[in-house]
Amino acid sequence: MDFNDTPEEAEFRAQARAFLKANAQPKGTGRPTLRLGGMVGEEVTRAKAWQAKKAAAGFAGIAWPKRFGGRELSSIFQVIYNQEEEDFTVPRGLFEIGLGMCIPTMMAYAKPEQLERYVAPALRGEEVWCQLFSEPAGGSDLAALRTKAERDGDDWVINGQKIWTSGAHLSDFGIIVVRTDPNVPKHEGLTFFFLDMKSPGVDIRSIHQMSGTRHFNEVFFDDVRIPDSQRLGQVGQGWRVSLTTLMNERLAVGDPARPDVDDLVALSRNLILDGKPAIENQAVRERIAEWYAKAQGLKFTKFRTMTALSKGETPGPENSIHKLVNASKLQDIASYGMDLMGEAGMVQDDDLVEAWGMFQSALLSSPSARIAGGSDEILKNIIAERVLGLPADIRVDKNRAFNTVPTGNR
Amino acid sequence: MNFDFSDDLKQVRDHARGFLRDECPASLVRRSLDGEAPYSEALWREIAGMGWIGAAIPEEYGGAGLGYEGLCVLAEEMGRVVAPVPFASCAYLAAEAILLAGTEAQKHEFLPGLADGSTIGCFALAEGNGNPSPAAIRARVIKGELSGAKWPVADGGIADIAIIAARDEADEIGLYLVRCRAIDRKPLRTLDPTRDQARFDCDEVPAEKLPLATGWEAVQRVLDRAAILFAFEQVGGAEASLDMAKAYAMERFAFGRPIGSFQAIKHKLTDVYVALELARSNAYYGAWALSADAAELPLAAATARVSATEAFHIASKENIQTHGGVGFTWAFDCHLYYRRSKQLGLRLGGAPFWKNRLVDLLETRNAA
Repeated sequence: MDFNDTPEEAEFRAQARAFLKANAQPKGTGRPTLRLGGMVGEEVTRAKAWQAKKAAAGFAGIAWPKRFGGRELSSIFQVIYNQEEEDFTVPRGLFEIGLGMCIPTMMAYAKPEQLERYVAPALRGEEVWCQLFSEPAGGSDLAALRTKAERDGDDWVINGQKIWTSGAHLSDFGIIVVRTDPNVPKHEGLTFFFLDMKSPGVDIRSIHQMSGTRHFNEVFFDDVRIPDSQRLGQVGQGWRVSLTTLMNERLAVGDPARPDVDDLVALSRNLILDGKPAIENQAVRERIAEWYAKAQGLKFTKFRTMTALSKGETPGPENSIHKLVNASKLQDIASYGMDLMGEAGMVQDDDLVEAWGMFQSALLSSPSARIAGGSDEILKNIIAERVLGLPADIRVDKNRAFNTVPTGNR
Repeated sequence: MNFDFSDDLKQVRDHARGFLRDECPASLVRRSLDGEAPYSEALWREIAGMGWIGAAIPEEYGGAGLGYEGLCVLAEEMGRVVAPVPFASCAYLAAEAILLAGTEAQKHEFLPGLADGSTIGCFALAEGNGNPSPAAIRARVIKGELSGAKWPVADGGIADIAIIAARDEADEIGLYLVRCRAIDRKPLRTLDPTRDQARFDCDEVPAEKLPLATGWEAVQRVLDRAAILFAFEQVGGAEASLDMAKAYAMERFAFGRPIGSFQAIKHKLTDVYVALELARSNAYYGAWALSADAAELPLAAATARVSATEAFHIASKENIQTHGGVGFTWAFDCHLYYRRSKQLGLRLGGAPFWKNRLVDLLETRNAA
């Protein structure tokens, strides 16, 4: 065992580091840059400029085929770049869905002239993409979605509602899965498109979240027309295309959430419990040790994945454990840190409370981490069925026409 | 990045797994459980013959020179089958203590016998209730003779030599080698009869010092290194427990379907899987630290230990739960793992001790 890069990896890492040093600010250990809510004005401009710079330097689309402007390197190099980028403060989040999920789906299903038109601008950060999957009636049970598309000449006419769409208001284009046939079982009646988010009839409204911020959106479709030429895959094959999108979930992109264990250690040093620094209390120490062991376990699980990647293996569903463990850990650390603050823990004033209000913010934002991008429960089903090989659950809606499936009147 | 065992060691692992599946079935473990024999001599001779006990002992002292990663791989397989042999006491503790603190002459005298299985060694630290600490060591050596009570001592009833932590006339803690036949030994009834345990009452027994490492630091160093190897045993036991639960959940039907198709079971076993994967990854880091003799070893060891104890605990208890009523019977093997899980989790000190140590080390590191 060793933690050394191969000569090629080491050279690439050095290049990535040099690029980042020349173009970005190193991340300190102090006050985190909390992104409260979606990006606005200047932040969007900065994020686009950063993406353009990355693309020009060859650090965007590292594992993409050369014909799409990528470098066609093994995924290990993408992971190496991500590791290096973690040490710098760069604007993240605007392009992850587009480049991580939407464009790869386009690559698998769009026509050559469409790829010619859309891929390069996305890679250079000129155009932003979003993914329109979840609906009020279809979250974990995505295939229960109801937004419908009806054929009208060369177009399809879309009516319905999507929800939890990150960045919809900043997006130029989106990928969407809709129901084209309600008379067949749910997975068989879906079709997949991409669309211009500025199309007439698209109405985007931000969602006021329990954290007080606005990151996600609802998107309403009122007779929105999409040309049939923007269909991805066959009519009725939308589920299969969706799986392509979901399989392209980004590989271990780092932006480790805070507060982490180090933040809790720092907090426990500052706070007094029973007349002594809280870190001297055995109960506090045991909690810190448990979270540290989890964090290290994840870190070294990622190293095992990297080892598999450098041997040319493809990481599988076992990677779901990262989000599963991290999301709850974040919520629990946030809550515990506040417990140590006593009554002051309830104060939400970043300049007054310990750790710049990081624990309070995380308490209120962390519930979303356990739901977005696959809820804890769905991730556990995936691990149980696809890693442990346990039998699939019995599905009462499986062989029924979608429009006869009970909905609980909601 | 190469954070995996080499292909050669994977072959060693596969061979060991196949061998133990055939030669160490539950029926063999149960002979110790039922009190027929404190350990399986036949199995002990076979694994000694294959060089496993001396895997990490250098060849000049009669070992196989396979290195610590090799010993880790074997430890996982021993844990997987709840092997009823004094492997840990000999390979992770007695041999390690001699390698750490013994003179060249002592290494030549004792290691070859440990490596070929003809000498059984044990490590005696605890003196009754409480977790490891310098203050808990009251056994004393005066003019080369050791007196004091040590219990429980794993494999103490079957050992030929014991490495005993004791204080000298100047109150300094050290490691002493004692021949067990001079000790008044009584067997202890414990929750895991598949591992021999004894009480030592030493009354002026001849003891020779292992002089090259002294103080509590020497004891702690033995514990740290052994903790990584125990973590691999725990990972092996945890994986075996998960495999048993999985197999049962597929074949057991209730309400007209395999119980493994219920989310209540799926999510439970996924929790076990997650704990196991984290423990395995932390154990791998420990294996690296052991074989590289890295400065990070103490923190890596505490982390691996905390993680592995938790994983085996949850895996062995949820294995019983998944089995339902039959899991609580003597006839089913679930309890072999449940017992072993607790026993291993208490060897070298329980979870609070290791969590405390982890944070001590974290603070030292962060202060640096």
